[in-house]
Amino acid sequence: MTELYAVLAVILFTIGLVGFLVRRNALVIFMCVELMLNAANLLFVAFSDHYGILDGQMAAFFVMVVAAAEVVIGLSIIVMIFRSRRSTSVDNETVLKG
Amino acid sequence: MILIPMISGTAVTFWICAVLAILGAVGLVTFTKPVYSALCLALVMVSLAVIYASLGAPFLFAVQIIVYTGAVLMLFLFVVMLVGVDTHDSIRETLRGHRVAVALAGIGVLALLVLAVVQGVAGGSGNVAQANDAAGGNVQGLAGLIFSRYVIAFEATAALLITAAVAAMVLAHPEQLRRKIGQTERAAKRLEAYAESGVHPGPQPNSGVFARHNSIATPALLPDGTIAAGSVSPVLAQRVVVGDPEELWAPHDEVLAAIEADGDDEETAEGLIESDLAIEDAQIEVLDESSTPDESVPDDSAADQGEDSPASVEPEPTAVQVAHGDPPITVDDGYTPADDLDDESDEPKKTTGKKGKHND
Repeated sequence: MTELYAVLAVILFTIGLVGFLVRRNALVIFMCVELMLNAANLLFVAFSDHYGILDGQMAAFFVMVVAAAEVVIGLSIIVMIFRSRRSTSVDNETVLKG
Repeated sequence: MILIPMISGTAVTFWICAVLAILGAVGLVTFTKPVYSALCLALVMVSLAVIYASLGAPFLFAVQIIVYTGAVLMLFLFVVMLVGVDTHDSIRETLRGHRVAVALAGIGVLALLVLAVVQGVAGGSGNVAQANDAAGGNVQGLAGLIFSRYVIAFEATAALLITAAVAAMVLAHPEQLRRKIGQTERAAKRLEAYAESGVHPGPQPNSGVFARHNSIATPALLPDGTIAAGSVSPVLAQRVVVGDPEELWAPHDEVLAAIEADGDDEETAEGLIESDLAIEDAQIEVLDESSTPDESVPDDSAADQGEDSPASVEPEPTAVQVAHGDPPITVDDGYTPADDLDDESDEPKKTTGKKGKHND
């Protein structure tokens, strides 16, 4: 049974990775990162069940806390970039090359 | 005898939620509108929360719903609304061969991870329910871990969250390009403008709210029947059809015509108004701020003269007053019947205009 959870987590992670690479909108890219974090969490919880110890759930909990902090920072950076460039497309950040 | 494979509740939950989660994830990547992507992400997160619940992690189930679906996703939606909800991602490929490369990378990562993770399953054979029971419950077990083995990480998390909160405030705060103008300076500027160009320093005139129009888009009328400039917000003036002054005056004119018709039949207009005012005095009548005084004239005169009101006056004038729904307002603004009488006996033809002056 744990194999199934692991495969589901891997599929979700891969979809998130593909979205991260394909999409151009910074917000959607950020959502794909969240999807990958969630997939990792699922794996943590599944293995916690598999081995019968709670440390996996503990790790998932810490991932959630860090993800929340990361979302706050990332979204405020996106808002700041949008304010100056009126766009959230990551293609436009080539202007940083100078 | 055929052995029927036993399907546990956990397996049913898994298959339902797995399908939903993968559908949501695919939708997240394929929808071009960020709002749809965010809602698809919500679907994934709720599905995962249900899977957590079925895996013996009720605490993480609650945290997943509260933190991810509740806080993080709402934050995403807020930002989507802030930075242009109507922006579409362009379908155009900006780098040549990008999609193909991504597809290859995706397949490769998928294969590698499946191999690695499935091999990791080989060892253990426990059940987290036992660990939960041993600690007296899932939440108790996690609490024991947080405050013993992971207490340093927990403290670091607190520092991280504080830093993130401060950083978000610093980053999201817009730069102040000009110096902030205080209340004192604003007042001084207004008076300066008044001294130089005569701009009225006080507040703008109110909008004219009549008994018939409760809308803030109704302009205030000056005594000569024109619209008072500034009585309707320029924003409204651009978007809404501001009331036509002719139309606003129309009811007054109708009532005036009715009075005059009545006066021709029975008495002069002045005598009519005198009797009207006498009744008002006797009853300590309250006057409406709006057009009701005009309408009350045919009302009282009709009562005086034995129900021979002309056809243009409404059959039940009291009902008209009620229908307009304006509560009686006590006269406390210096309006006295004597004033009115003088004005109207001087210029009986312009009664409506004079009354308008008092009303507006």
